[in-house]
Amino acid sequence: MADVSDVVLQTSDLVRTFGGGRTFLGGKKPTVYAVRGIDVAVRKGETLGIVGESGCGKSTLARMLVGLDRPTEGNITLTGLDMNDLISDDRHALSKRIQYVFQDPISSLNPRKLIRETLAAPLRYLRGLSGDSLEARMKELMDAVNLRPEFLDRYPHEFSGGQAQRIGIARALAAEPEIIVLDEPVSALDVSVQAQVLNLLSDLKDQFGLTYIFISHDLSVVEAVSDRVAVMYFGRVVEQAPGRALFDKPRHPYTRLLLDSAPVPGKRGLTVEDATAELPDPLAPPPGCAFAPRCSRAQDDCVAKVPDAHYGLDNHDAACFHPLNPVTTR
Amino acid sequence: MTSNTATASEIKTKKRSARPSAFKLLARNQLALMGAVILALVVLIVLITPILPLPDPDVTNPAQRLLPPFSDGHLLGTDHLGRDLLSRLLWGTRVSLAVGISASLVAALFGSTIGIVSGYFGGRTDNIMMRGIDMLMAFPYILLALAIVAALGPGLMNALYAIAVVNIPFFARNIRGVTVGIAHREFVDAAKLSGKGHIRILLTEILPNVMPVIVITISTTVGWMILETAGLSFLGLGAQPPQADLGSMLGEGRKLITTAQHLSAIPGAMIFILVMSINLLGDGIRDVLDPRLKSGALARPAPLTKIDRSDQGAGNQIADETVLAVDDLRTEFVLGDDTYKAVGGVSFDVGKNECVGLVGESGSGKSVTALSLLGLVASPPGTIVGGRVMFDGKDVYDMSENQVRDIRGGKAAYVFQDPLSTLHPLFSIGDQLVEAIRAHNAVSYRDAWAKAVKLLGMVRIPNPESRADNYPHQLSGGMRQRVGIAMALANEPRLIIADEPTTALDVTVQAQILKLMNDLRTDHGTSVLFITHDFGVVSEICDRVAVMYAGRIVEMGTTEQVLKHPAHPYTKRLIDCVPRLGEPDRRTSAIPGLPPAVNNLPAGCAFADRCDRAEEKCRVGAIAFDDLGDGHAVRCIKPMEGANG
Amino acid sequence: MHVYILRRLILMVPVLLGLTVIVFLIMSMIPGDPALAILGSYATPDNVAKLRADLGLDKTMVEQYWIWLTNMLQGDFGRSYSLNRPVLDEILERFGATLILAGTSLVLCTIFGLLTGVVSAVRQYGWADKALTFAVLIGISVPSFWLGLLLMMFFAVELRWLPVSGMYAIYGGGDLPDLIRHLILPSITLAVVATGIIARLTRSNMLEVLRQDFIRTARAKGLDENRVIYRHAFKAALVNVIPVIGVQAGFVLGGAVYIETVFQWPGIGRMLVNAISTRDILLVQGGVVLVAGSYVLFNLFADVIQHLLDPRVKA
Repeated sequence: MADVSDVVLQTSDLVRTFGGGRTFLGGKKPTVYAVRGIDVAVRKGETLGIVGESGCGKSTLARMLVGLDRPTEGNITLTGLDMNDLISDDRHALSKRIQYVFQDPISSLNPRKLIRETLAAPLRYLRGLSGDSLEARMKELMDAVNLRPEFLDRYPHEFSGGQAQRIGIARALAAEPEIIVLDEPVSALDVSVQAQVLNLLSDLKDQFGLTYIFISHDLSVVEAVSDRVAVMYFGRVVEQAPGRALFDKPRHPYTRLLLDSAPVPGKRGLTVEDATAELPDPLAPPPGCAFAPRCSRAQDDCVAKVPDAHYGLDNHDAACFHPLNPVTTR
Repeated sequence: MTSNTATASEIKTKKRSARPSAFKLLARNQLALMGAVILALVVLIVLITPILPLPDPDVTNPAQRLLPPFSDGHLLGTDHLGRDLLSRLLWGTRVSLAVGISASLVAALFGSTIGIVSGYFGGRTDNIMMRGIDMLMAFPYILLALAIVAALGPGLMNALYAIAVVNIPFFARNIRGVTVGIAHREFVDAAKLSGKGHIRILLTEILPNVMPVIVITISTTVGWMILETAGLSFLGLGAQPPQADLGSMLGEGRKLITTAQHLSAIPGAMIFILVMSINLLGDGIRDVLDPRLKSGALARPAPLTKIDRSDQGAGNQIADETVLAVDDLRTEFVLGDDTYKAVGGVSFDVGKNECVGLVGESGSGKSVTALSLLGLVASPPGTIVGGRVMFDGKDVYDMSENQVRDIRGGKAAYVFQDPLSTLHPLFSIGDQLVEAIRAHNAVSYRDAWAKAVKLLGMVRIPNPESRADNYPHQLSGGMRQRVGIAMALANEPRLIIADEPTTALDVTVQAQILKLMNDLRTDHGTSVLFITHDFGVVSEICDRVAVMYAGRIVEMGTTEQVLKHPAHPYTKRLIDCVPRLGEPDRRTSAIPGLPPAVNNLPAGCAFADRCDRAEEKCRVGAIAFDDLGDGHAVRCIKPMEGANG
Repeated sequence: MHVYILRRLILMVPVLLGLTVIVFLIMSMIPGDPALAILGSYATPDNVAKLRADLGLDKTMVEQYWIWLTNMLQGDFGRSYSLNRPVLDEILERFGATLILAGTSLVLCTIFGLLTGVVSAVRQYGWADKALTFAVLIGISVPSFWLGLLLMMFFAVELRWLPVSGMYAIYGGGDLPDLIRHLILPSITLAVVATGIIARLTRSNMLEVLRQDFIRTARAKGLDENRVIYRHAFKAALVNVIPVIGVQAGFVLGGAVYIETVFQWPGIGRMLVNAISTRDILLVQGGVVLVAGSYVLFNLFADVIQHLLDPRVKA
């Protein structure tokens, strides 16, 4: 990736394993590979959508991006600076630049604290505000997410899911970050409220010039919000492309399957896999392409070797030896 | 941007709920109140003991030894050395209370600190600390205290230390468990990202949430600690003469049990009263602070929902080919002073081999409707207050418990949302299928097992013979849901009630399950009532669909009618507010505000506050459910244009 | 299964070692010189030095622990100076009596605790539940040593139905019926508290389980309500109660100290109390190690049962 001038966040060969090591009696503990080598780059001001089903490692990836978890291998760079260096210089440096919005809005608020205390924390510790300026800034933030300032003096249990998620967004904004990682920000919300939050997110992005990494299992939501989309399967990115291209002409058979499986209102007749296909065992990953066992296009080479892909900032590629919609321009 | 209007109506609909104060709740519990009063009395008396006109508890008077109670000048009599028993009792209670409370506080301080640190940091810290605690717990409780007293020598302070030490593991374990739960909650991560350090998180995020548990643990152990220190003194290892606590008084009394029974009866009764009052109060405190108990959620649900009908439906005609006809069903929940009208008059029917969808957001009453059909709503707090459910021409709510049980899993079967929590974790799936079969057929276990294996094959579980021996936790989510479906099919039901059966599943697995259900329905001629919030799923599987809002059906028709030509503004907006695959440029228009709370429903149309077409007459009186022709009906006085047909 | 038991047995070794370390450390907290204490008025400087060397008190703590441990493993628990006989002989002789008492109590409290809890949960808020809940509250609030005295006064002294104390009648006793007659009062007294605790826990677990989704599934299958409660709910509740029964074994073993004192039961608990009063440290040490060790074994047993019941539990 040479055209990196406006890249704000980049990961290279990111791996995260859990378990491993040895037990008390010397037996080997099983190792689970949650993330198995991920390269993604995000440009300033864009929304990168990451889509995948449960267990694909998307949440682990999200947690590593904001520093809540550390990669086993590989590294993350923020505008060219290594994340480890950034943290070792100043433990607040990372949180000032990249923030996180959680999936479950209610449980991301401390049930025994007023919203005021929750919202003041990042302003106080990351931005060093206090007194009147802190107060004024909190009002601004509540205003930005369309909540009344008197809501500051309430407890989380007094809020609906949608309101709580707006507070979660306000807290992320409080740090004045460049990037916000949104981990399934609307999947815990009712459909009629989802749209409110999605519209708010889109407005805030324009208003504050934010960069989003939007993680979701819901293809239609990702399609609606993303400039570029990466599809994850079993710890790897299997396909990445500018949004339209990926949804119009998917190359990876898994992406095709995902698109075919999503029910659309007003349409009938999903195409469904024949077999009762399942994810591979994370304790014993298959040697080649993880999707090969449930792929109708799989051939001998698929189970022998892991297919590679070159993901740039504007191209469309899939980690597949026998892709659909063969490449014409690359 | 519609969010601005959103906040205004949200404030209106969301009643600001004040938490009932803890003391008010405690006072409501009569037993706890009794305990509190007794304890307060005892504490008050022992606090003023030094200024009471009592003889010195340690002054002996051999001439007045072993006086019975109610003697002159000695209300409770005297002991073997002629000391006044009342005075000794009060001073002894003072000592016992002080020692018990101190021991609890010491144990709570050290135990909770270990528990919080261990639970929050986890990993190696946790491992080392908890192994140490395990070692302490490897000793039978009082034995460790005995060993410590043996080493330090008998004495009241040493007994206090010993009792405190042996209770540290109890606190550490309890508090660690709670802390682990809290430390993995998202708000702790959020605090980390807000720039808080570990110490600050421990003190300001974790501790406030752990504190109630610490208080509960203290309140439930103080009584125990008083008992144990009294026990050590009773054995002669605690308070040493001439100082006395209740235990040592009892110990002395024991030696004279045949001659002067009041010497043991009185201090024993005092310990009992003290501990009992503390336990009563402790239980009360636990009930107040434990959120699960507070909501009254621990009431045991009856096998059949309570039925207390004011009417039996509108008496609508039922067509011959209907399998299920629901007529003006109303189900309510009573929680405290509030009545939640979860289902407020729902009527629909399901024909033979038909799939009817029941669509709505959370709180719309769709699941309660489904559970009400065969009386599976938990009661308390649920009650069916009106309407009838005709299954095969008979009213389910007129049936006996046994008759309803015959239908459940027999002619009508359920498939639930989360297959992990809905299957019993301790029985193999084969065993659970066998149970379902044998509940309705007198067949041998062997034959039932063979049928169970066949059923597993029917829902396309690979290697059904060996899979039948698996436990639910050994299967994936999709496989578990197949088991759930197999269980529903066990007795060839005429109707399957599927309550969000694919919501917990990934899309690719959802597609598989939907296909399976569709195939089975066609093969077996089964009718299906399908509850979901997803219009995409509805299009995939349903013939007809009913849209629910705030406990009532607002629109019903064929899937095509409702999806292509929605008549109710809510249906229209609900369909429009979801991003649709393949139409990325369509800006989704959010529905402002929130659904009304079903304990505080507005007059007129429940959607009026969120509706941009609402008029004055929408807010008065009941809105009729009007037929637009061709079976398309809507509960709206201004249905959307182009919707008739 | 065998693998599981074997693994648990191996994991027991560090626990037992840790246990001996704790006992050793506690005993080394004893203020003053044990040699002085043992010799009492015979303590001349020469005698003290000689005894110190004999007892190994001049060596480092680690060496002392090692000697103490290896001696114990070879069955040498030292000699009780107050009884003037080997500690091991004394504790083994008395351990049987304690096991009979504690074992009976444990069986009683398990049966009655589970029964009370289940009945209470099934009849929630009915009169049976209220009566049982109140009885249980009394049970966990009453000091067992006092309850023992009351029962003794009433059934043995007043009514003369049962013997006052001891394990066998002094004249003409010694057979099983005699033992049972002596066992009734102490074992019931000892079981009361543990019964209360198990009953409370069973009740709350049953109520919790009865609200679970899988109980609704069982009902939706059309199962008989008895089957729902006694097969589905009880099994799920039992899995949570069994570890607590393991803990209760510890309370019962410990509580035996009081009951043996009250009823003059010739068990290890009464021996310990006497040994502490006479500062017979070696006897205390031996008794504690033996009882704690047997408690660890019992907990292993409880774990294995839980493992058998609950397929989800892994080692």
